[in-house]
Amino acid sequence: MLATLQAAPQSIATAASAARWLWLAVALPLAGFLINGAIAFWQPQAKRAVSLIGPGVLLGAFAVVLYVAKSVGGVHLEAPIIVRLWDWIGAGDLRIPLAFQVDQLSLVMLMIVTGVGSLIHLFSVGYMHHDAGYARYFAYLNLFVANMLVLVLGDSLPVLFIGWEGVGLCSYLLIGFWYQDKANADAGKKAFIVNRIGDFGFLVAMFILWYAVGTLSFRELAVMAAGAFEGHTALVTAATLFLILGCTGKSAQIPLYTWLPDAMAGPTPVSALIHAATMVTAGVYLVARTNVLFALAPFSSMVLAGIGAATAIFAATIGLRQYDIKKVLAYSTVSQLGYMFLGVGSGAYVAGVFHLMTHAFFKALLFLGSGSVIHAMHHAYHETHSHDDPQDMRNMGGLRKAMPVTFVLMLLATLAIAGFPLLSGFFSKDEILASTFARGHDEPVYYLFWALGMAAALCTAVYMMRLITMTFLGENRTGAKEAPHLHEAPWIMTGPLVVLGILTVAGGLFNLPAFVGGHHWLETWLEPVLAPAAAIRPALLPHGATEWALIGAAVTVALGGLWLGWRLTSRAVIVPAKQAAAETGFAKVLFHKYYVDEIYDALVVRPLLRFSESTLWKQMDQGVIDGLGVNGAGRLARGLGRVGSWLQTGQVGLYLVLFLAGALYVIHVVTR
Amino acid sequence: MTHAVFVFFALVAVASALFCVTQRNPVAAIMWLIVTMLSLAGIFVLLGAEFAGAMQVLVYAGAILVLFMFFVMLLQLRHHDSDIRGKLGWVLALGVAGALLMQLAALKGYTPGRLAEEISSAPDQFASPAAVFPHAAEVQQTAVALGPVGAVAEPMFTRWLVPFELTSVLLLAAIVGAVVLAKRRL
Amino acid sequence: MPVFAPGLVGPALLLSAVLFCIGVAGVLLRRNAIIVFLCIELMLNAVNLTFVAVGQLYGMSGQVIVFFVMSVAAAEAAVGLAIVLSVFRHRATVDLKHANLLQG
Repeated sequence: MLATLQAAPQSIATAASAARWLWLAVALPLAGFLINGAIAFWQPQAKRAVSLIGPGVLLGAFAVVLYVAKSVGGVHLEAPIIVRLWDWIGAGDLRIPLAFQVDQLSLVMLMIVTGVGSLIHLFSVGYMHHDAGYARYFAYLNLFVANMLVLVLGDSLPVLFIGWEGVGLCSYLLIGFWYQDKANADAGKKAFIVNRIGDFGFLVAMFILWYAVGTLSFRELAVMAAGAFEGHTALVTAATLFLILGCTGKSAQIPLYTWLPDAMAGPTPVSALIHAATMVTAGVYLVARTNVLFALAPFSSMVLAGIGAATAIFAATIGLRQYDIKKVLAYSTVSQLGYMFLGVGSGAYVAGVFHLMTHAFFKALLFLGSGSVIHAMHHAYHETHSHDDPQDMRNMGGLRKAMPVTFVLMLLATLAIAGFPLLSGFFSKDEILASTFARGHDEPVYYLFWALGMAAALCTAVYMMRLITMTFLGENRTGAKEAPHLHEAPWIMTGPLVVLGILTVAGGLFNLPAFVGGHHWLETWLEPVLAPAAAIRPALLPHGATEWALIGAAVTVALGGLWLGWRLTSRAVIVPAKQAAAETGFAKVLFHKYYVDEIYDALVVRPLLRFSESTLWKQMDQGVIDGLGVNGAGRLARGLGRVGSWLQTGQVGLYLVLFLAGALYVIHVVTR
Repeated sequence: MTHAVFVFFALVAVASALFCVTQRNPVAAIMWLIVTMLSLAGIFVLLGAEFAGAMQVLVYAGAILVLFMFFVMLLQLRHHDSDIRGKLGWVLALGVAGALLMQLAALKGYTPGRLAEEISSAPDQFASPAAVFPHAAEVQQTAVALGPVGAVAEPMFTRWLVPFELTSVLLLAAIVGAVVLAKRRL
Repeated sequence: MPVFAPGLVGPALLLSAVLFCIGVAGVLLRRNAIIVFLCIELMLNAVNLTFVAVGQLYGMSGQVIVFFVMSVAAAEAAVGLAIVLSVFRHRATVDLKHANLLQG
């Protein structure tokens, strides 16, 4: 496919006409949402139809994207192709059309979203088959993909924001999918509200950009930003800092990451699609899109890289002591997103996007694999009517015998995420760390970020190997009665796993560096999109001896971490969850995620609640609005009525006086 | 000469009106009003409206006020306490009446000349103020030939015929209404 | 014999104004319903005088209107007194102070 994409040059016109079909890629999932929604409303038991339509529209969208990619791929695009659908906002000088932008970056994202999305839809057919809300699930999932495509295709910040908000909504709907349990509904609410804080940052950034540059379209920003912000670094720094706030919300970085671990309350394929491969990467995509702004504001880029590095190590340490398999993967996602931001913050946008892609592959594989495991555990507990937690790793163990395919694939993904040489994760993670180190030469703080990144890599390898050891190796702890019911997942679930496995292994081919004889294909492919930033603040890569030293260090950390993880876990005595003792010491702090949720609760949530209750409710709502407004209006009416009734004395004399006074006035007016 | 007679009748009218308004006894009030009406009849004659003057005496003083008298005697009202309102009443009454008087006194400015001006601006028959008085005099001359009653009758049954007929309907309604309202049992 | 006396018009109008205002004062000042009616009759008389005075200048229509006013006054007096009579039958008083059923 790579060779085809670089084949005979076609004219830009053919590419543009092919791009015009992209509306279909968005319309298909949208139609899927409507149809599945209708089915969910009126005929929820029509599962066969939903199984066809749900994944079907995704495969259709993927086909459209492939067709467009084939047409556009053969052309060397200097500027994006804009597909204008209709005029959206027209208010004074502000004119924003609903338009899609097709260029190399959006094509990469489109392939990831529709490709990985299709695989996850197919997996869901097996995973969710016994659920009563089957149709509703696919409706929401399709809506999510439609919104994500709008996000990725948007040609201006407001259009991107539509998708941004839409995926936030779908995330809420899907996290709280099993809403009858209040904890799930609360998790959905938490995700949405924390996201909202980030959205506020996004909006303020849009306002600043509109004020300073006068345009919100990406293409125009790339051209006009350098001139508009001439000598006004404070403004562009402010705008980018607010964009960073938006990114920390959507992509779960410090300080707004707390929603993502809670989001594991949703079905596992949802975690795979939304909270691993697509939605959480929206922040990285946004930074890559607005690369010119970040290049103009080196301070913001440093802040972004710092947040990324800090989050990477922070989340990685928490993952060391979590026992729920999905929580480990959740913190792993937060940590890996930190890597991506470290990459784009250092100016290595290609490395960041590359890691986005490889992470989509192996993280989706990890989540779906854990979904298989949970599916089997759930089935086993269901058969024996046990109430143990099917997601707790302390109840697993030795599953490699019962689920060999899942085991092999998850092991491959683990090796990839740890950075085992020649797997996809190795290349992408290595490139990020190398770029960070290289920038340290000009800005020494990046050396610190590099060190944090290496430490996080070590922890990543450790906790991932711990996960594999606890789940698949050793003796089975599920229970004698449950053990016979543990078996491999059906082919509809393992099929997508295999595809993802292949991509995990071979993903490095997308951007092979020179030292293994590659041509940095992705870098060349994305070069026109990232040119505006590269002109101002080019990405740096180390060469020669430094490069080999860094590679060596990374490999050592990876292999060492993997061995350490295996060794520590296989040596430890693990008991099933209900018999386990409570954590002590620093492990306890890690297990309770550094008590961040509790701190936020005390510092932010409770004061806000108190303020709402005392001031906003009692004084504003009850006192002013109810008292003055509603009741006050009533009192005013009654008062006026009372005054008016003073005229109704029933005394003819008074009536006569008033009558004659009126007549006097009339005469006065008439005889002027 | 006519002026002196006019002033005499005017003074009598005003004085008897004042007495009428301030009498406690309703019968006395009616008597004073009769005096007012008779003096007004005299003024009508001075102004050349003999028929109106005659009607004033015959119908107004002789029929309507007699009706009032009958009514008072029928009700056998006692008049121990004065029914004049208190201080506030005086203030309001004099206030309103005084204001009205001041407005209407502006009519004092209605010299014949000014009046002619205003009449001539009416859409009807006059080309200029100067034409008003000659026209009126002309009308008077034609009326002289018909006599006092004829002068009123002629417009009554030509120009004002429809209102005349409607008045008869009005009187019918009044008769029916008065009979019905005054019944003891409907 | 109709007389043409334009010099009396002004004073006649003034007299009419005075009588009218005396009538207004009486209506506002008295509580006895019959006296109030009498004052209304006084006001109507004043208006009659106005019409006659203006008739000097405007032709015979003034005097014709007097005729109509008189008949309307008669009708009004009859009906009004009938009303006072029926109220008197219920309340045994013609004092307007007691006619306050519209209070509220």
